[in-house]
Amino acid sequence: MSNKTPLYEEHLADGGKLVDFAGWEMPIHYGSQIEEHNNVRQDAGMFDVSHMTVVDLNGARTREFLRYLLANNVDRLKDSGKALYSCMLNEDGGVIDDLIVYFLRDDYFRMVVNAGTRDKDLAWLNKQAAAFEVTVSERPELAMIAIQGPNAREKTLPLLSAAARTAASELPPFFGVFDGDWFIARTGYTGEDGFEIVLPATDAVGFWRQLRAAGVRPTGLGARDTLRLEAGMNLYGSDMDESISPLEAALGWTVAWEPAERNFIGRTALEKQRQQGGSQKLVGLILEGKGVLRNHQKVITAGDGEGEITSGSFSPTLQRAIAFARVPRATGDHCQVEVRGKLLPARVVKPPFVRNGEAQIEL
Amino acid sequence: MSNIPVELKYAKTHEWARGNDDGSVTVGISDNAQDQLGDMVFIELPEVGQTVAVNEACAVVESVKAASDVYAPVGGEILEVNEALTDSPETVNQDAYGEGWLFRLQPADPAEMEALMGGEAYELFLASEAH
Repeated sequence: MSNKTPLYEEHLADGGKLVDFAGWEMPIHYGSQIEEHNNVRQDAGMFDVSHMTVVDLNGARTREFLRYLLANNVDRLKDSGKALYSCMLNEDGGVIDDLIVYFLRDDYFRMVVNAGTRDKDLAWLNKQAAAFEVTVSERPELAMIAIQGPNAREKTLPLLSAAARTAASELPPFFGVFDGDWFIARTGYTGEDGFEIVLPATDAVGFWRQLRAAGVRPTGLGARDTLRLEAGMNLYGSDMDESISPLEAALGWTVAWEPAERNFIGRTALEKQRQQGGSQKLVGLILEGKGVLRNHQKVITAGDGEGEITSGSFSPTLQRAIAFARVPRATGDHCQVEVRGKLLPARVVKPPFVRNGEAQIEL
Repeated sequence: MSNIPVELKYAKTHEWARGNDDGSVTVGISDNAQDQLGDMVFIELPEVGQTVAVNEACAVVESVKAASDVYAPVGGEILEVNEALTDSPETVNQDAYGEGWLFRLQPADPAEMEALMGGEAYELFLASEAH
């Protein structure tokens, strides 16, 4: 059985090409993935991300619970509305999921996790939360729309309630604010400014139509993938999973080692890996010539052995093939990728490739 | 609905073939094929002078989504390739039966052309594939 978001009929009306994504019928594009991608870099696009799982955590010991649950430290969240990106690890230091958590009140945090990991995430959360008397509540009655691009905020603000307009216009990056049962956050997955808005499913169609009338273009999951890749953002299931630690997924910056006495799930395994110096790392690749990098292509590095592309595609902004690849730790500045039986030269770079519409990598 | 010119021949692997007055055959991919693949970003063409067999993989069209082999709908010697696609692969999306042609070849066996589907047969084939 395939799940449909509240915007399913809108996608059909907009000419969306629907595909299965983690058990959801989602639009991959509405005609041209590249045009949708460029439009987000230059103007404003909107994404139906209602398939993602919103989880509310309530209870007096919620902060203490999250301090133990997450590799990043929720004590970095001091102001209400502030968001934190973190991995949720198993005891071996492998990534169960990556997520965003918002601090709302001391007894109330909101988490957004991936659709593809919903079942195991909820099971894990419930298992770990019991000892802290924290209530884990999935919010399937909520939809989620991301509006992204340099003009995204300007086009969205007039559509919000008068009270929310002021609050949302003053929202710093990586903060969210409630407006009744709407939650407006200045976050995203594209490397552009914008909002992610969690709202009641019953409001989703009306808001989507208002956004479209304001000139915000429907944008599919295809463009979402190339946008996040250019922005240097990992995709769970491709760039990391339960067999990969954040240190092997270029997510070391999300692990809060201090204070040393904070015990979080996976810490012991992660510290061991840090001391031994892991054998592999995740890097960015840019293909020197023509061709397209794809997931699972083999990467060959001089003298160091082999690696593999975890996310590869064509960058519409750079007009070059780009990728993330997991390679031996000693890999230098150059490598070769096996593309359809040929070895093509590629350069090893540090993502992001693109931020706020600007190339970050010299071609 | 796909655009399927009736005067062309079609392969089950979604290439089209046009018989030219000089006996050569021009080859491209069908409008349905380009639509399924999405935005083209890279096209690899055969070499002029190369001889290809019928159903031999001899070109690659890569979209943002996937790479797809192009099979020769008829065998023969490659006479010409559409070099313009190297810099503008999106032409295949915009004009699959015109400016988006891939290569032209001299068929070795004219009977191979007759074995291909006509436009109506290809339309039925697409309908059957969709189910």
